[in-house]
Amino acid sequence: MYFLDFEKPIAELESKIEELRHLSDADGLNIAEEVGRLQVKVDKQLKGVYAKLTPWQKTQVARHPNRPHCIDYLKALFTDVTPLAGDRVFGEDRAIIGGLARFRGQGVVVVGQEKGDDTETRLRHNFGMAMPEGYRKVCKLLDLADRFQLPVLTLVDTAGAYPGVSAEERGQAEAIARSIDACLDLRAPLVSCVIGEGGSGGAIAIAAGNTVMMLEHSIYSVISPEGCASILWRSGGMAQQAAEALRLTAQDLLEFKIIDEVIAEPMGGAHRDRAAVFASVGDAFERHLRELGTLDGATLRQKRREKFLRMGREGLA
Amino acid sequence: MNWLTNLVRPKIRNLVPKKDVPENLWVKCPSCEHMLFRKDVEKSSMVCSRCGHHMRLPARKRLEMLFDGGNYTEIQLPVPAPDPLKFKDLKKYPDRLKDAQTKTGEKDALIVAHGWLAGMPVVVAAFNFDFMGGSMGVAVGEGLVQAAEVAVQQRAALIVIPASGGARMQEGILSLMQMARSTVAVQRVREARLPYIVLLTDPTTGGVTASFAMLGDVTLSEPGAVIGFAGARVIENTIRQKLPEGFQRAEYLRDHGMVDLVVHRKDIKSTIARIISIMTHRDAPSELAPAYLSTVEETDSPLPLPPPGDPEAAARADGRPADPSDEVSEDDEGPEDPTQHGDK
Ligand SMILES: [Zn+2]
Repeated sequence: MYFLDFEKPIAELESKIEELRHLSDADGLNIAEEVGRLQVKVDKQLKGVYAKLTPWQKTQVARHPNRPHCIDYLKALFTDVTPLAGDRVFGEDRAIIGGLARFRGQGVVVVGQEKGDDTETRLRHNFGMAMPEGYRKVCKLLDLADRFQLPVLTLVDTAGAYPGVSAEERGQAEAIARSIDACLDLRAPLVSCVIGEGGSGGAIAIAAGNTVMMLEHSIYSVISPEGCASILWRSGGMAQQAAEALRLTAQDLLEFKIIDEVIAEPMGGAHRDRAAVFASVGDAFERHLRELGTLDGATLRQKRREKFLRMGREGLA
Repeated sequence: MNWLTNLVRPKIRNLVPKKDVPENLWVKCPSCEHMLFRKDVEKSSMVCSRCGHHMRLPARKRLEMLFDGGNYTEIQLPVPAPDPLKFKDLKKYPDRLKDAQTKTGEKDALIVAHGWLAGMPVVVAAFNFDFMGGSMGVAVGEGLVQAAEVAVQQRAALIVIPASGGARMQEGILSLMQMARSTVAVQRVREARLPYIVLLTDPTTGGVTASFAMLGDVTLSEPGAVIGFAGARVIENTIRQKLPEGFQRAEYLRDHGMVDLVVHRKDIKSTIARIISIMTHRDAPSELAPAYLSTVEETDSPLPLPPPGDPEAAARADGRPADPSDEVSEDDEGPEDPTQHGDK
């Protein structure tokens, strides 16, 4: 397990527990009481720390290397997963994966960004930073969903679209624009969940849904705190301040009515109890799909568009 | 002599009224650094007569250039919410807004107007880059939504002219959502089967490019405009390589299939008029002479040529410009002054 800076005291307690367990194995000493006492302390600290994470700490949790990623959700929540590669124009981009699948028995199209878990998979998935091909693949999949009336579930987890020469050459901006366009054009339910990092245009490209949810410690922002700091403060070191100013936490977005629901995470974050977080996300998807399932395609599209049209309008004089 | 200069000169300088200070009489071309006489550059719509560089224009100038007789009706947009996030970096957002409002005399970065272009109804939404880098927040998004609504109501074509660094960071996630809002605006115009023309100008980047700006039925661009998603510096830092020549320029995007047509500023109005008139099944606007391609390879602004059948036209079909005024003589150092044959 990887520990973040502010988790270090907890990590120390946990390693002490491990040591004690080894001791008890070796010497047959009964130290269950001591272990139990320490465990209570760990839980209390975890609860305390995670109850009041700062926006910058949440950013770190959202990027936690052990946090479950898109593929983990695909394995846990879906059956008959049939990935459909490629954009039919240029290539296959593994930063975005998607295809046909069954979600609790129901046929769906599922799409998500995959960051990878180790060096090999991170490289294969380009750290979850998609090329234009990735967004064009989304368009292909959304078109399938539209024509065959399949609900779409998306799992958002990206630092942003890839900034590179070839990405620009092949029209990164146009690809993202078309993907947003396709989301807002879809005549089927679209439910999105930000499971980690919702990075700017690269995130909204698959997140313009009827229902948008965020995990409790995920973030969603117009720009990364680091990027914002280097532009507005002219110093990347001011990322903590930028994270505060950007109001990028799930709780902030719920307050601004940008998202519809915050899904609670297990104590100490999604990475500490994967099964629990898969179950919560699955149940939330199911609930929203059931609600949206009563509406016809045209109504779903219209309601989705109206929802986005309302955003920010309240504040206008 | 020295004592005299030192004493008298500053006094004389103080007597000279400010508007006659040389800086206002002359404009330095940001591209070739040539000093240009302001009156001349203004006459050529701020295109450098020496190197052809298209300088940035304020939104109102764009409106004047497009609408017939420079007449238009501005759509009153709502006053933006002052500061939804209570955002503060080195400066408070309301202070930045106020500074931009004072500097430009505008409420926000977008102006929307309706009127006539070559006798056809159009709605134009033009960005002011001088207003916080033309950044898109809620007010700009709202302006685009309203522009689309008016276009649909009036059965008018929608023309959007971005000049923007992207989303307005000070409005955080609300600015990101404008990418979706502006896309819905485009969808409304599309579903009403009305033309949606985008004229990309320098610069158009970030979230603006990655939404409504890349969804045009026809995408035009001014020459040399910087157009892209990621900033050049961000890319350079990511790939740690030098960027290719002409990277993210209008011509580069055209050559990579992302822009339909790169159009010289003097030809923008006539080009848009031709496109809209054909798309909406109207007769050719009477004030426009028909345009002919000089060669099939010609992908930039159509040049006015003699009608086909003219024996001379065939001889010129080898790609040489046919209008003698378009010829560049050998001893010219650069392209000719575009004001000489501007469509004024
Ligand atoms: Zn010049």
